[in-house]
Amino acid sequence: MNNLLAIQKIPLAQWIDSLVDELTKFTGFFNVISNFINGIINGFQWVFDLLPAWLFILIILGLTYYANKGKQKYGLLIFELLGLMLIINLGFWRDMTQTLTLVLTATLISLIIGIPLGILMGKSNTAEVILKPILDFMQTMPAFVYLIPAVAFFGIGMMPGVFASVIFAMPPTVRMTNLGIRQVPTELIEASESYGSTEWQKLIKVQLPLAKSTMMAGINQSMMLSLSMVVIASMIGAMGLGTRVYFAVGRNDAGNGFAAGLAIVILAIILDRLTQALTREKQK
Amino acid sequence: MPTKVKVENLTKIFGRRAGRAKELLKKGKSKSEILKEVGATVGVNQANFEIQSGEIFVIMGLSGSGKSTLVRMINRLIEPTDGNIWIDNEDLMKVDKKGLLNIRRKKMSMVFQNFGLFPNRTVLENTEYGLEIQGISKSEREVKAKEALDEVGLAGYYDQYPTQLSGGMQQRVGLARALANDSEILLMDEAFSALDPLNRSDMQDQLLDLQERLNKTIIFISHDLDEALKIGDHIMIMKDGEIIQIGTPEDILTKPEDEYVEKFIENVDRSKILTAENVMIRPATINIQKDGPRLALKRMREEKVSMVYVVDNRRKLVGTLDVMDVANLVKEGSRDLESIINKSNLPTTTPDKPLAELMEEISQTPIPFAVIDDSDRLIGIIIRGAVLGALTGNEVSEFE
Repeated sequence: MNNLLAIQKIPLAQWIDSLVDELTKFTGFFNVISNFINGIINGFQWVFDLLPAWLFILIILGLTYYANKGKQKYGLLIFELLGLMLIINLGFWRDMTQTLTLVLTATLISLIIGIPLGILMGKSNTAEVILKPILDFMQTMPAFVYLIPAVAFFGIGMMPGVFASVIFAMPPTVRMTNLGIRQVPTELIEASESYGSTEWQKLIKVQLPLAKSTMMAGINQSMMLSLSMVVIASMIGAMGLGTRVYFAVGRNDAGNGFAAGLAIVILAIILDRLTQALTREKQK
Repeated sequence: MPTKVKVENLTKIFGRRAGRAKELLKKGKSKSEILKEVGATVGVNQANFEIQSGEIFVIMGLSGSGKSTLVRMINRLIEPTDGNIWIDNEDLMKVDKKGLLNIRRKKMSMVFQNFGLFPNRTVLENTEYGLEIQGISKSEREVKAKEALDEVGLAGYYDQYPTQLSGGMQQRVGLARALANDSEILLMDEAFSALDPLNRSDMQDQLLDLQERLNKTIIFISHDLDEALKIGDHIMIMKDGEIIQIGTPEDILTKPEDEYVEKFIENVDRSKILTAENVMIRPATINIQKDGPRLALKRMREEKVSMVYVVDNRRKLVGTLDVMDVANLVKEGSRDLESIINKSNLPTTTPDKPLAELMEEISQTPIPFAVIDDSDRLIGIIIRGAVLGALTGNEVSEFE
């Protein structure tokens, strides 16, 4: 058996190489995507650079206050204030906004692609059968691997970081949108159909509103996953807090590594609590 | 009344090899044989029936009898495998997608067992749903929805969410949503089955009330025979996807088609369905304006009773005569029957009174109940034996 398997090694690596090579020839296509995503990245970064830190903090606090209307969590507000002030104090502010740009862009693109895919999957069993293994693949393939074709397609910088993050972070949005749509009780679907709704009306008026909280949980997960890509993306030149960590690893500098890592944790907690609160707010 | 819905050979087969199963079905194979042979489940087997405009047509059967499938084929939520459906002489199987939407929007509205209310919409928004998807303006649909909600007694609950209401109230919203559409046909799928008995009875009464005013064609699915008998103009009994019997409640009760129906009606609370008219028997009477005491005695002897009812020429009830009083009168040689007529304490009732309401009084009064019509004419009497007989299913009425 072993002999048999050793006769001829399957040239899987070569095949994939040539596939990537083939794909890189579609320069025009990748330029279009690249320009689009770069536009989003530059937009976010422009806004964050324009905002003075104190105003940014105020906006975050205001959003949190608004999202938790009725059952205020003052602990969270204090944490946000102190956390963001610590980031300024450590000199990570610009890095933090770059990381935030990466995360928001990746999440936004995950939604733009993921929600329609999830809807398709929720409505069609065939689409579900096809997409499920692809999503599993996207999520379980070690995230580092995506960096290689990303660089081949987009060079280095923020752009390939976003690309790799999207691939890694999108599956929860697709899955949870699918789940949310499939969880709508049959009787409500029948009610909607029996009154003569078109497919579109059924989707907009019944399925999506009822799937919303499940979908929001997926979006929240996508955001957290793209945040987890920050350090990995820094290896291919995506700037931000991840770069600080990456450099610290290279210099065996535990102190700075932890400091930058702590900033990521603070950002993660703020983003997580904020999106969760917004979900609850909308559910009412 | 014109035919509103006509169903011909309507068949639904679930499973992959529906075509093959259909052939077998036409050859007369049974549901279980087909399941064994091709692995397809027969939901509804070649159903034929007609529903008249303005009636409540109850489809009755236990779970798995195909009644829910059948009703969903009428608005094509489930595509029939075979057969035809005509709504107002329009062939439902021939309409295109757009035509079907239109029929669902304008012609038929459905009420669901578990209410089918959208939890993210208020009561008012739920009621507006059918109008909203037709693209009717906000202000117009609000007026119609409020009217419908007022009709079912939910004025003032407009801005509540369904989960804030009790089951009975939620189903009223479901009913209002159907009424707001102003469609001619209501499909009610076990609409009251999820409610507790008191609420259910209330809703049945309310439905009958509404029906009196609105005169819709209602197709009502139920597994509860008491409910079917109470509200149905016609009842169709199904078993294993087949129609066993179609008839009026009276037909079903008095002429069950087979053992299955018989078993069904065995447990019916007959006291709620039978009325005084169903159990009354012909009384022994004498005519005060014609007959004398000797004839009265003779009649009592013939009928083997100790009491006769006294009527006048127009059969109007006057009172009763006791055998002892008449015997004394004869002994005295008097002919004055008038003087010994018992006119007080005579229990009477009307022919349409349900037995359930009479039972207690019947058990407490020693003399039979006299059944009189609108113009006080005696049309029958109710004796205890006949009541017991009727309740156990052995009607003794001599009027049939």
